Amino acid sequence: MTTLVAPVENDVRRSERSDRIVDLVQRQGALAVLVVVVIIAAAAFPNFRGYDNAGTILIAAAPPALIALGMTFVIITGGIDLSVGSLYVLGGVVSAYASKWGFLPALLVPLALCGLVGVVNGVLIAYTRMAPFIVTLAALLGARGLMRALSNEGSTTYLVGNDGFRSFGTGSFLGIGYPVWLVAVVFVLGMVLLSRTRFGRSVYAVGGSEDAASLMGVAVRRTKVTVYVMSGLLAGLAGAINAAKLGSGVTVLGTGMELDAIAAVVIGGTLLTGGAGTIAGTIAGVLLLGVIQNMINQVGNVPSSYQQVISGAFLAVVVVAQTYLVKLRRRT
Amino acid sequence: MPLLEVTDVNKVFPGVRALDGVTFALQPGEVHALVGENGAGKSTLIKLLTGVYQPDGGELRYRDEPARFATPMDAQRAGISTIYQEVNLVPLMSVAHNLFLGREPRSAFGLVDEKRMVREASEILVRYGVTTDVRRPLGTMALGAQQMVALARAVMVDAKVVIMDEPTSSLEPREVETLFGVIRDLHARGIGIVYVSHRLDELYQICDAVTILRDGKVVHTGRLAELERIRLVSLMLGRDMSAVRREGFTGFAGDHTGAADAPPVLKVTGLSSRHRLHDISFAVRPGEVVGLGGLLGAGRSETIKAIGGAYPVDAGEIEVGGKTLKNPTPVRAVQAGIAVQPEDRKAEGIVAGLSIRENIALAVLPRMARLGLVSDRKIDKIVDTYMTRLRIKASGPDQRVGDLSGGNQQKVLLARLLATQPRVLLLDEPTRGIDVGAKAEVQALIDELAADGLGVVLVSSDAEELVEGADRVVVLRDGAVVGELTGTNVTTEALLETIAAAAVSSEEPHDN
Repeated sequence: MTTLVAPVENDVRRSERSDRIVDLVQRQGALAVLVVVVIIAAAAFPNFRGYDNAGTILIAAAPPALIALGMTFVIITGGIDLSVGSLYVLGGVVSAYASKWGFLPALLVPLALCGLVGVVNGVLIAYTRMAPFIVTLAALLGARGLMRALSNEGSTTYLVGNDGFRSFGTGSFLGIGYPVWLVAVVFVLGMVLLSRTRFGRSVYAVGGSEDAASLMGVAVRRTKVTVYVMSGLLAGLAGAINAAKLGSGVTVLGTGMELDAIAAVVIGGTLLTGGAGTIAGTIAGVLLLGVIQNMINQVGNVPSSYQQVISGAFLAVVVVAQTYLVKLRRRT
Repeated sequence: MPLLEVTDVNKVFPGVRALDGVTFALQPGEVHALVGENGAGKSTLIKLLTGVYQPDGGELRYRDEPARFATPMDAQRAGISTIYQEVNLVPLMSVAHNLFLGREPRSAFGLVDEKRMVREASEILVRYGVTTDVRRPLGTMALGAQQMVALARAVMVDAKVVIMDEPTSSLEPREVETLFGVIRDLHARGIGIVYVSHRLDELYQICDAVTILRDGKVVHTGRLAELERIRLVSLMLGRDMSAVRREGFTGFAGDHTGAADAPPVLKVTGLSSRHRLHDISFAVRPGEVVGLGGLLGAGRSETIKAIGGAYPVDAGEIEVGGKTLKNPTPVRAVQAGIAVQPEDRKAEGIVAGLSIRENIALAVLPRMARLGLVSDRKIDKIVDTYMTRLRIKASGPDQRVGDLSGGNQQKVLLARLLATQPRVLLLDEPTRGIDVGAKAEVQALIDELAADGLGVVLVSSDAEELVEGADRVVVLRDGAVVGELTGTNVTTEALLETIAAAAVSSEEPHDN
């Protein structure tokens, strides 16, 4: 094509520079806050500075990080997955139960079960166009019920019977627990998947504008099913890791984990309305929540419930800031 | 041999025959204008060509073979690309990603080759006059540039046919020139283009052939250059130029110029909105019906919405009863005494799931509430008054509005507007989609309301309705006033001529 007419004015809206700044704040805001919080914590609490403490923070953050990773994909498509907290607990119980059969079953049985719930979620959401909130709420209740049934109303706690699995949960390499290394590998894969593959682009496209995406030939339904399956699988994996770490399928932890994950994802700069977000941001969000928890533990005499107050405040600030930034971007 | 053709196709929706024996053929390298008023069947035809709908009868042939496109994707893969009126891309994604979505260049391991994609995207877009950093989110670019990206994407898929549905509606004059450059280039490459637009100047500038649809039928097809503008307009609107004006064709009784000397109840001065409205001024006196004439996209609905505070304006003044309406918002406009009947009564007017009573009450609640409470009896009285006065036919005030006929729905809407006790009534297509009998009733009602001293602004695509209903007609084209018909000049012929008159500066883009 050779025709070349007067160039179209592209920049009538805003200078590229201010655009970049908005972009940077949105993408790296959580990281900046994390750095500041870590510096403050390191200055205030001598115990915070230790290498061991870093390991503690990371191992504590490993399961929530996996859940938040799946949630990032789901939220970028414009959806939500409320079932992951329940799946996490269910995964832990099932993993402990299955550990008597060996290492692999302890890992794979929860993955299969939670992945299946993810398939059901995804198919219902993508093919019947039911609201993700409702579908995954139903899955939340269903998974919780299943967990209760398996554990006789929570009265039976299955102990991890496989030594190999147990040592996977408690052992460490270079002072960092094995689960953290596993989570790190999964995150790298997730990053590549989201940012460097066609599937990743379709995740963004579906969340950015579902109608446009389908007109542009994106397999919208397949994309949606895939992200809910991933979310279920990751929640199951998180449960298995937790079971390995604790040595048993604990039935009382994990309630509300889905909300922590959503908080971490949103603090990390992912738009709750879909279409934008990064995994790097989610990591920062998860670590930020973890560091705040750790700091409050350092203070000692503050009830740890206040951690939720502070996390909540952070979330509110981030959401307000995001809304403002988006408005800035879309200003006509 | 036509590139894409449909022969004798029908498309029937419940209660509507959207296409009735339509035959349409697109030759390679041809820019084919598809014109017609709203509801003429253009969109339906486009959707048949692009796999959104399947024809109920007749044949679709593509590249000389019978074809069937089950989905829009099928059509796209076969080489039929569509550019929609509203840009259908993902605003939050980068320009490059939008351009290449689903076709990203890949390196080893199947990963997207970001660098190559950015480079190629820049190279491609330069040819469309887009020189921005392609890594920016698409949504940060001007609409025109976004439209160019959509166009580039459409052509990139090795398209044989490109369908453009009002591509210039969001473009600036300079961008229109760029678009035309691209179209000429596609034309030279033998690609067939279906071009839908209501801007006559554009059609005559860029199109070779034309097909005119009206009421689901093809009323004309042929070379555009051989068709006079005035003839095109009259074919589109279905008004024979030589036809004698039939008295009493509509339900309007006659003129109501009783208050010729009264000060205007609505005065609009210099109303402007970027690209859409240019310096629109007119006045309405109490008891007068002023028509806004023009083709679709001329700015009629925008003008009405702007006066009602629901469309952003850059400049201009709106006076109601001598008082300036500052920073118009819908709430302020209602308080000032402006009532707007929107064009799309289902989407913007009535609440179909609520009863007649509740619909009418919606409007009066704010005005009648004492400490936030309203007595049921008062509402019943008002509802009863309007149901009688507007002759709303229903089983009772508690009938669901969604179950009423179109005409009665329109009356409920009018009742709701009147319950706010407006001084000015802005009516956008008040008789669209309602049957003939109800039409006449609504028209008679408009007459009565004007006789009661309301100032009425009437927008209608029905030339007959406009001419007989209005005392004066202000004619708009491309968002500007191009003429006013008064007195004995208010005739269908004069209206069509004013609409069709070639802009003096049709070669130059109309800047304000």
